[in-house]
Amino acid sequence: MMDFITKLLAVTIAMGTSLTYATLGEIYTEKTGVLNLGMEGTMLMGALTAFATALATGNLYVGLLVAMLTGGLLSLIHAFLCVTMRANQVVSGLAITMFGTGLANFLGQRLGPASNHYNLVGMNLSSRFENIAIPVLKEIPILGAFFDVSLLTYALYLLIPFSWFFMYKTKFGLAIRAVGESPRTASAMGISVPRLRYLYTTIGGMFAGLGGACLSLSFTPSWNDGMTGGKGWIVIALVIFATWNPGKAVIGTLVFGGITSLQFSLQAAGVKMVIPTQFLAFSPYLITFLTLSIMTILNQNRKGAYAAPAALGTSFAIDDK
Amino acid sequence: MRLAVVKRDTKSKSMAVLIPLISFIVSLILGAIVLLASKSSPLQAYSAMLKGAFGNARRFQYTIVEAIPLLMCGLGVGIAFRLKFWNIGAEGQYVWGAIGITWVMQFWKFLPTFMLLPIGLVVGMLLGAAWAGIPGFLKAQWSVDETLTTLMLNYVAIGFAEYLYINAWKAPYGNMGTPEFPEEAWLTQVWGKVHSGLFIALALVVILWFLLYKTRWGFELNMIGKNPRAARYQGVSIKTNIVLAMLISGAICGLAGSMNTAAIAHRLTKGVDSGYGFTGIIIAWMAGLHPFASILVAIVIAALKTGAESLQIAMKLPESMGEVLQGLVLLPLLAGTIFIEHRLKIIKQEAQ
Repeated sequence: MMDFITKLLAVTIAMGTSLTYATLGEIYTEKTGVLNLGMEGTMLMGALTAFATALATGNLYVGLLVAMLTGGLLSLIHAFLCVTMRANQVVSGLAITMFGTGLANFLGQRLGPASNHYNLVGMNLSSRFENIAIPVLKEIPILGAFFDVSLLTYALYLLIPFSWFFMYKTKFGLAIRAVGESPRTASAMGISVPRLRYLYTTIGGMFAGLGGACLSLSFTPSWNDGMTGGKGWIVIALVIFATWNPGKAVIGTLVFGGITSLQFSLQAAGVKMVIPTQFLAFSPYLITFLTLSIMTILNQNRKGAYAAPAALGTSFAIDDK
Repeated sequence: MRLAVVKRDTKSKSMAVLIPLISFIVSLILGAIVLLASKSSPLQAYSAMLKGAFGNARRFQYTIVEAIPLLMCGLGVGIAFRLKFWNIGAEGQYVWGAIGITWVMQFWKFLPTFMLLPIGLVVGMLLGAAWAGIPGFLKAQWSVDETLTTLMLNYVAIGFAEYLYINAWKAPYGNMGTPEFPEEAWLTQVWGKVHSGLFIALALVVILWFLLYKTRWGFELNMIGKNPRAARYQGVSIKTNIVLAMLISGAICGLAGSMNTAAIAHRLTKGVDSGYGFTGIIIAWMAGLHPFASILVAIVIAALKTGAESLQIAMKLPESMGEVLQGLVLLPLLAGTIFIEHRLKIIKQEAQ
């Protein structure tokens, strides 16, 4: 049993790494008031470019870098449309996802080696981000799983507390929250709303690209059409579940990643389940829906504590009345 | 000297026509760049797509069949969008429509066969409406963010449908999908593959146009979207209208789902979440929420999909090129729409 739980946790962490990067990214973006529904497309482009680059150069780190740049670039388009052109954020995000998934799947059949008909499907990397075990710590029952992970996951152990500190304890974080809650006030305080929105939307996209790279360079080191399989949408849910707090991003990831890996391992073990697997599959979304609704209802008089950034999804222009 | 974007006093009519045209040309150029980069002739590719979408009666019929659910979902979400209610749950409402009609076809055996289709369509509509009504009510009563709730509910609906066609309602044969509907209860075909749902969709266009542009209620919806404070002073109930608009919105998307299931798959199975609901959002937005304009937009978007399929056959290009082009059609348009309500102004001297 103990062994089963440890294994389950290991899979959850491996799968959750990708989700956590993208969730952190989306939190930065949404905190400034920009909703980026382009995560699915951005992550997929990240997964593709990371894999194609790593395959061509043989260097995983160059792959990571290119994935981050690609993710940043796609989100820069979103920022340009939503901030400068004041476009509808929902439609723009959907367009980015459409374009990103389409382009990634398209390039997947173009960027491979000639020997494989220019196809990336079926190619294997000579190396991947392997798990690195920390002696002694990895012997801890159950929790040892946290100390036998890839470098990408170890980086998160620093990034999550840093993001929390950055968001709530620094003046940069204060500026982000001001822009997301009340762009007008922020602007009056001398903060450039467009600049911050550009910056953190792009950074959010870089994280999403990184999240995609985690999939194709570490979790399942390969390329497959649509290999993110809706993870970009789970990310939107995870942001809500974390109540827009980067420090809590990991809780949702562990819970939801846990549900998914439980589903797989129970299926693999051939366990006949009381709850149908599909119910487990959609439960993260249902839980998020309930969390968001209940939190909002309970906090009617105490606005802000658990709610979305007040300006989320709205454009801002100084001349608007 | 710098450029500034200044709000126009009134919407520019010429820009409303010019912008879509210009951005479509930009899209074609961007698409040509992608095609050239993948060593294909853009001219050849575009003509193959045109042939694939409209080239002969069979392809044209296929394009229309694709356009019908897109049009209906676009009409559905468009009503909610008028109130600035961002219903991105059309996908889930569509799926509930499909579940509804399957429920009737499979289990309401006490009905005479000829009653199955009409009642199935209505049940699909009601389930779609109910599914949309939940976030509508939550928004109206407690201002729960509708963008996020409707998005989350999509995946619950899709997962539940999967449970039905893989587990609970699965036909005894095959490994997924419910039993096929009785053939007498299918939606009849009127021209090749084009089914009679076309008439329902077109009738809806006219009905909605009338409701939205010719009645007091339509006027109220517009007012809530544009100036909720003024609406409140006029005694218009925002809460009631949000719920009402969402019920209608969901009903139309649900009808799209039940109709399409009765016309194409004839059962609930994999592929019921084919993205019509999501694309419908884009249709509504591109058409500026206008019912008649939605017809044209739905056909264009459907043609990009059917055209891309023949791109794969004729030029061995991946079918995902269709999605790339759909994205490329949207991006310039998203950038351009600002100029309908704003204009560029050259400011000679920076105000000190």
